Amino acid sequence: MTRKISASAITLLVEQLCIEACCVLAGDINNKLKSCLQTETSPLGKEILGTLIENARVAREESSPMCQDTGMTVVFVRMGQNVQVTGGFIEDAINQGVRQGYEKGYLRKSVVKDPLHRENTRDNTPAVIHYEIVPGDVFHITVSPKGFGSENKSALKMLTPSEGVEGVKRFVLETVSAAGGNPCPPIIVGVGIGGTMERAAYLSKKALLRPLDTQNPDSALAALEAELLSEINKMGIGPAGFGGTTTALGVNILTYATHIAGLPVSVNIGCHATRHAEGSL
Amino acid sequence: MDKKILCAPFSDETIRSLKTGDMVYISGTVYTARDEAHRRLCEMIRRGEPMPFDIEGQAVYYAGPAPAKPGKPIGSVGPTTGGRMDAYSPSLIARGLKVMIGKGTRSAQVVDAMKQYTGVYFAAIGGAAALMAKCVESAEVIAFEELGTEAVRRLTVKELPVVVAIDCRGNDVYKLAREIYEQSI
Repeated sequence: MTRKISASAITLLVEQLCIEACCVLAGDINNKLKSCLQTETSPLGKEILGTLIENARVAREESSPMCQDTGMTVVFVRMGQNVQVTGGFIEDAINQGVRQGYEKGYLRKSVVKDPLHRENTRDNTPAVIHYEIVPGDVFHITVSPKGFGSENKSALKMLTPSEGVEGVKRFVLETVSAAGGNPCPPIIVGVGIGGTMERAAYLSKKALLRPLDTQNPDSALAALEAELLSEINKMGIGPAGFGGTTTALGVNILTYATHIAGLPVSVNIGCHATRHAEGSL
Repeated sequence: MDKKILCAPFSDETIRSLKTGDMVYISGTVYTARDEAHRRLCEMIRRGEPMPFDIEGQAVYYAGPAPAKPGKPIGSVGPTTGGRMDAYSPSLIARGLKVMIGKGTRSAQVVDAMKQYTGVYFAAIGGAAALMAKCVESAEVIAFEELGTEAVRRLTVKELPVVVAIDCRGNDVYKLAREIYEQSI
């Protein structure tokens, strides 16, 4: 039984989600920043956290972007295999939504057409789109504008299987340590383990979306996440890198099957806002 | 404690009084410039061409603002990563630039220039961009308009909060603070 969804409805949804993601901090992140304000020991660190919470409030009230870097737009589409998109090509519909959202929302156009020639496309397209086909007829979109202060500090490494979980921990901690204050801590750390090179990278970005008030359903991974979070918060980097005990808000891990000779690990760093908004048609 | 408010032109004496970790407030004129603008400004210096503004004693804010809503002087305008300007800053500092405002640490060459010519590097709070916009009273594009968000703008700011990230003696808040708060892993 086919469910038809119009391209124009997709455009409108993406437009709304772009603006919401840039202007409204996710509730779980807002709550986590508030609880860290209580536990942070550095006076300047507390001040920074307070400023970030206030900034989120002002941004939401005025419908202004929380950060001027409204990012390169990453879009996750979860689409049931019984869905048929009508009236246009889905990719064009999504890009049109980005174009409209970034114009109407007074969001910054930060995308260059070619990585080597670097001419601004002036409309923040093209988006980076990840499609996931599932059974049924769901149509769900998550828009995740990715700022490059944090993105530039992300990294991927092809470990050998013998390096094991200790190698994974070492790489995650090294990456976060080298990032220092540049990704606007307190950060969220997305970790992808397994798959192929690009699958690990995709998983590490997808991992950033998991709400901070949820647990990893795998108890061993949940324990690893907690251990990494604790180690990261001992580094002393602190809010904005000015020193303190709140360097990360959470560590989220996603895994996938991998090759007998491989252990790819990707670390995608998200800033203290790690913006995203979602909706369904 | 009273707010320490500083304005351009910034004297060497003022800059020497600033210590790493101090929070101060900038009022008055500030120029925005990022990667491409810096490249062009340095090229102008190299070719002996006149600059679009007199850099002597001035402040540069590494920022590319979001578009202004109707009736507002500027959109959200927080700092971008200072390290990307490392290749260019020493030339500008040697030409009289006194204040840089960004986020994240800087290279040894930039710190050397700051020590030699008495310059200071402030960090504005990354991600507090909606609040930063409220500190801007006016904004005018004065060079490289075709760069859009990356154009050079002359801003008039009121009490823009910044932290001394690297003082003119080379003390780096990112290194020092981390040493204080680091616990052994």
